Amino acid sequence: MAEYSRELTPLQLDALKEVGNIGSGNAAVALSAMVDKKVLLSVPRATLIPLVKVSDLVGGAETPVAGVYLHITGDASGSMLLLLEEKSAYELAKIMASGKKGEELSTVEMSALQETGSILAGSYLNALSQLTNLLLRPSVPGFALDMAGAIIDFILVEISQSEDYVLVIETEFDISAHKIRGHLVLFPDLGSLDLILSRLGVSAV
Amino acid sequence: MTDEIINVGVSEYYVTNNSGVLASYGLGSCVGIALYDEAKKIGGLAHVMLPDSKAISRKGSPGRFADTAIKSMVEEMVKLGARKNRIVAKVVGGAQMFTIPGATNPKNVPGPFASLNIGERNVEATKKVLRELKIKLVAEDTGGNHGRTVYFDTSNGKVTVTSIRHGEKKL
Repeated sequence: MAEYSRELTPLQLDALKEVGNIGSGNAAVALSAMVDKKVLLSVPRATLIPLVKVSDLVGGAETPVAGVYLHITGDASGSMLLLLEEKSAYELAKIMASGKKGEELSTVEMSALQETGSILAGSYLNALSQLTNLLLRPSVPGFALDMAGAIIDFILVEISQSEDYVLVIETEFDISAHKIRGHLVLFPDLGSLDLILSRLGVSAV
Repeated sequence: MTDEIINVGVSEYYVTNNSGVLASYGLGSCVGIALYDEAKKIGGLAHVMLPDSKAISRKGSPGRFADTAIKSMVEEMVKLGARKNRIVAKVVGGAQMFTIPGATNPKNVPGPFASLNIGERNVEATKKVLRELKIKLVAEDTGGNHGRTVYFDTSNGKVTVTSIRHGEKKL
């Protein structure tokens, strides 16, 4: 279990990318219905990243971002994170809470973002549940608007207790009509990885 | 502040007898621990993630845990000529970034939400190790629910803490 960097085969990484594809595809359908605009998705990435590099995903540790965090329990565990660059968070909040643009997010806008994250994570995990036949239960969402590094670091604690790497399954989405860009990131606990891989039919022999 | 800033990333530490600036960016629940021997101008900065190396079976790098990071830094500082009883500490970070309604986070119980208050536990563990080693804690900016960046100037031991909405602090 120690060195996943060496143990994940290209086939397994492809299967995990497919997880990202199906999960975020489902989430994008939900998001598109909510904002009534087309949502473009990037090709998902499934990568083992050294802990020190994780915040580079969103442009560095000090980048201001909005994060909606959900803990996953059930047959497999992990964390799910919706990350939005600051400007995108304001845009999305404006649409979801039908508010006006301001310098600070109102409480209503924050809870609208929180709810959006919850819905996206829910649709993502639903698709993943069907694919793997595993029960995956998201927690209620937590919300923070702060430095990316600060938002991510405690999630790393949870998933990386004994590893120097974390597995990140990440999709970028883009609603160009509203200039909204964000990331949906799934961090499976490494302890749940074997189970997920076996359900995907790519377990190590 | 000088131009040359050395980035101390998650679960790393850096010890030096050169003057310059060490920095850890975007600390949330992580804790930045700055140690300094003013007489010799020897300093070290650690960016720790977890409180206690003994609670975990597989070790990983010493910079990840409060206990092993502090001990390793003190050892390396002494090797460079620092005197242990002259070393003082400044501690930054250890926030709780997310509050999840209805989620309980009992201390040290594994399972969901056990790490929600990891920041607080990191700070407690850091202070405990400093007490054990008789290193004086001279300043701190810890807790709360916001992220911090820490700059540590090893030419004079001054620590600057920046944040997005809570301004700048000098320690």
